[in-house]
Amino acid sequence: MSTLVQSVDWLAVAPPTIAAVVGLVVLVADLFLDARRKALLGWVSVAGLAVAALMLLPLLDGDRATFCLAGDPHLCSYTADRFTLVIQFLVLGGALLAALLSVTVLEDAKRRIPEGEFWFLLLSSAAGAALLPASRDLATLVVALEVASLPAFALVGMRYGDKRSSEAALKFFLSSVTATAVSLMGISFVYASTGSLYLTQIADRIQHVDGQLHVLAQTGVVLTLVGFAFKTAAVPFHFWVPDTYVGAPLPVAAYLSVVGKAVGFSGLILVTVVALPSYSDVWGPALAALACLTMTVGNVGALRQQATRAYSAVRLLAWSSVGQAGYLLVPIASAGYSKDAQKAIGSTVAYALMYAAVNLGAFAVAALVGRTRTLNRITDYRGLYASNPLAALFLAFFLLCLAGLPPGIIGLFAKVTVFSAAVDAGLGWLAVVMAVNVVIALFYYLQWTALLFRAPEGEPEKQRVPAPLTAAIALSAVLGVALSGAPQLVLRFSDTGLF
Amino acid sequence: MIDISESVMQILLAFIVVVPLIGALAALLPAPPGLKGKSPEQAVLRHGVTVTGVVLIAAIVLALGFDHDHPSKMQAATDISWIPALDVRIHLGIDGISLPLLVLTALLTFLCALYSYFKMPAGPSPKAFVALVLVLESGTLATFAVLDLLLFFLAFEMVLIPMYFLIARWGGEGRTQAAWRFILFTLLGSVVMLLGLLLIGLKAGTFDMVALATDNGRSLTASVQVIAVLAMGIGLAVKTPMWPLHSWLPDAHTSAPTVGSVLLAGVLLKMGTYGFVRIILPIAPDGSHTFAPYLAAFAVVGIVYGSLACLALAKRGARGDLKRLIAYSSVGHMGFVLLGIASMTPTGVNGALFANIAHGLITGLLFFLVGALKDRTGTTDLDTLAEKSGAALYGKAPRLGGLLAFGAVASLGLPGLAGFWGEMLAMFGAFKPAADLSRPAFLAFMSIAAFGTLLTAAYMLIVVRRVCMGAAPQDAPQLADVHTYELAAWTPLIALTVVAGLWPRALLGLTDPAVQQLLAGGTR
Repeated sequence: MSTLVQSVDWLAVAPPTIAAVVGLVVLVADLFLDARRKALLGWVSVAGLAVAALMLLPLLDGDRATFCLAGDPHLCSYTADRFTLVIQFLVLGGALLAALLSVTVLEDAKRRIPEGEFWFLLLSSAAGAALLPASRDLATLVVALEVASLPAFALVGMRYGDKRSSEAALKFFLSSVTATAVSLMGISFVYASTGSLYLTQIADRIQHVDGQLHVLAQTGVVLTLVGFAFKTAAVPFHFWVPDTYVGAPLPVAAYLSVVGKAVGFSGLILVTVVALPSYSDVWGPALAALACLTMTVGNVGALRQQATRAYSAVRLLAWSSVGQAGYLLVPIASAGYSKDAQKAIGSTVAYALMYAAVNLGAFAVAALVGRTRTLNRITDYRGLYASNPLAALFLAFFLLCLAGLPPGIIGLFAKVTVFSAAVDAGLGWLAVVMAVNVVIALFYYLQWTALLFRAPEGEPEKQRVPAPLTAAIALSAVLGVALSGAPQLVLRFSDTGLF
Repeated sequence: MIDISESVMQILLAFIVVVPLIGALAALLPAPPGLKGKSPEQAVLRHGVTVTGVVLIAAIVLALGFDHDHPSKMQAATDISWIPALDVRIHLGIDGISLPLLVLTALLTFLCALYSYFKMPAGPSPKAFVALVLVLESGTLATFAVLDLLLFFLAFEMVLIPMYFLIARWGGEGRTQAAWRFILFTLLGSVVMLLGLLLIGLKAGTFDMVALATDNGRSLTASVQVIAVLAMGIGLAVKTPMWPLHSWLPDAHTSAPTVGSVLLAGVLLKMGTYGFVRIILPIAPDGSHTFAPYLAAFAVVGIVYGSLACLALAKRGARGDLKRLIAYSSVGHMGFVLLGIASMTPTGVNGALFANIAHGLITGLLFFLVGALKDRTGTTDLDTLAEKSGAALYGKAPRLGGLLAFGAVASLGLPGLAGFWGEMLAMFGAFKPAADLSRPAFLAFMSIAAFGTLLTAAYMLIVVRRVCMGAAPQDAPQLADVHTYELAAWTPLIALTVVAGLWPRALLGLTDPAVQQLLAGGTR
């Protein structure tokens, strides 16, 4: 009997577990709290996410693995190595910032969003997203992926009586479920041809697949990739993004833009680099083409946004996040070509960390502006500097980071690592496409930045900024500025291996 | 000239780069008690003068402490690791090539700050104006002081945002369009340049300019060099600007405020040519040899094109804008600089560096003068100014007219003034280009360039005739002659133009050993 009982390393699994448990606690507590005290739920959730993130600290001393096969201790379902910890930090930190935004937004919504359910869903999704980078077998991977996405559908449709919200949720749900079904089919093909679900074992066995099963294995690889490409919102799986972001409550859009992407690309990395390195001639070119398409379509889409249209600010952030997803894919594609795949992956991770900090910051300022200007048009940002100089300066900084121009030094150097990964792998054409895209992106980011400093129309209205929003903006600004001064903090991942 | 210990020199150089940045931040904060001045506007403009003044003094001390006996040696060098992951080091240092440009930048920015103190361009608050000018100064100084390819790129990009806002906020007619054009052209160029820099850095295994220059392209294959030179060359050529990538320049100059034009022409354009000399020539010599004839061809086309455009603008009835005319003349002058670089000989490169400095002094002065003319008459349109007989500036404001004539003849390359030596040496370099370059081709280029000098003389004299000469009608409104503050801002430029013209050795003595060293393989 003893061989069937696995010993579980609770410390290693603490970060996702804490997030999940706090989610359950909040859901139950919601039943017993009277309406006046509901705000407490938010603070409990924020604290829970912070504790989950802090639990990463004791894991820093070395790699741990748990849920291992009793017969073969090298085959584990859950591994807390450097890659896992970095992505978990990104996911939990991103969820924490999104939660800070939500506190204010929920307060402003005045019970039109059910609080208990909201926090439960957010925390469950974060737990799934934190589980994903640690999973080392395909079953856990898919379960984590679904735990991360299913609550997200509900979150998107949270606004009671809002038609756009439910429509967005339905769009998101249908396209996502299709993608999951496709990738499940792919996984079953891969399992059929290799007889294993463990990523490392697949990597071994898929090189010696029976000749008859070659087509099956190849189809499986491609179909598996499709599901993860959807989560990163890669073109042509991007069409749900703009409507979903506009329909969802703003913090949820922020959450999806960062954590949703992190889920997608860490899954992609695990499937491609860890499980299927021998198929790099299949996924390398496919991802390169995907990256090229994604950034071009995303940036052109962002460029075409009319500043006066309702919700154009969120729409622009949504399209630009599609473009940024393209940059994130570039190093993963390069990993298929280069000898040192680890280094290339590090570039993606470094870029994602930078992107998470500044993109959440931009969303936080958008949430601030959205409190008084509910339509959240880009033209509403005109003269923000006059009414709220600090918020305007920070938004300008975040946008310039996203554009990759000084003073957003970290944005610039994160792009440089991505470029260097591409050049290093011999993907010169992709680097050139990306260069053109960077210029296109600069146009709309800078246009928005310039608008902040224009003379305002009418009297600037001063408004008090709620504490949680201030905290969110300040936190991302501190991160952005600190990283700009010492880019090595994140860029070191592009120099050393993560696995 | 004076003995300053190496560590003090290091601190001075770092100080010069960092202080404008700190000053820019300080400009945004409210003035501390005791420094409030008459009004917040006055206080912040004074702050700008103080900071740029301090930087200028530091630059002059640095120039005095510079070991003039060994100008080819990197001096005041600091080398600290910054981002090990990308192998980016904060590597600063100056030699005979960068020192004059550093001092020129500090001087021109100070003069601009001084000029704005008395004559703030129309637009929003001076607070942002001063902060932007200071960031611009820091970026330009950093470009000339850094010795790391990625840091060079960072500094190169740093000037874009401030310049964009200077044009778009404090500029004249059509400023939004012009500012966009400026930033999109330069950014597209610099992103391509980044790819070239990365290619070099990744293939050679280091981003350090000194190490790369010493290596002299030995660790780079010919094909890598060709691709890298093409990519970097495009980026630098946009900035320089080289024909046919110059089309952003006339609009930017026409719309920019006076101070913006002065800094754009005097300092920003030099970043492009400096990059050619500092990066392309020593680091990828094979690639440079491949492209040198094309570069020279584009350069001479630029010379002739710029001059013809100026001639067309100067014609009666063409409604030519004086600022646009000077902008086009810049295209021509930078053509000489590029021709000198393309010859790949010490003579030519020295000439290019000399012409660089001379252009900064003379064109800076010309933009100041035209700006002053616009303040007085409200227009820079040649036809409106000259009407039928000529604007008769000699009669209405004799000193201003005299200075304009001085600037014009300096610009056309009158011997004895700064404009002469650089262009002559550049053509001399083309007369006898580097051994493996086709001499007949370069002889042809040289003769075309010589023809270009004639055209330059022609349009400059036409401008002088139309603006300065003519019969002043008795009832014409009197124009204010040169103010004291204007004289203060212009005198250093005039004096240096004369000094550089009469004593070219002062500058060539600095650049020549460094250029010899750079072309032969690296700096010590």
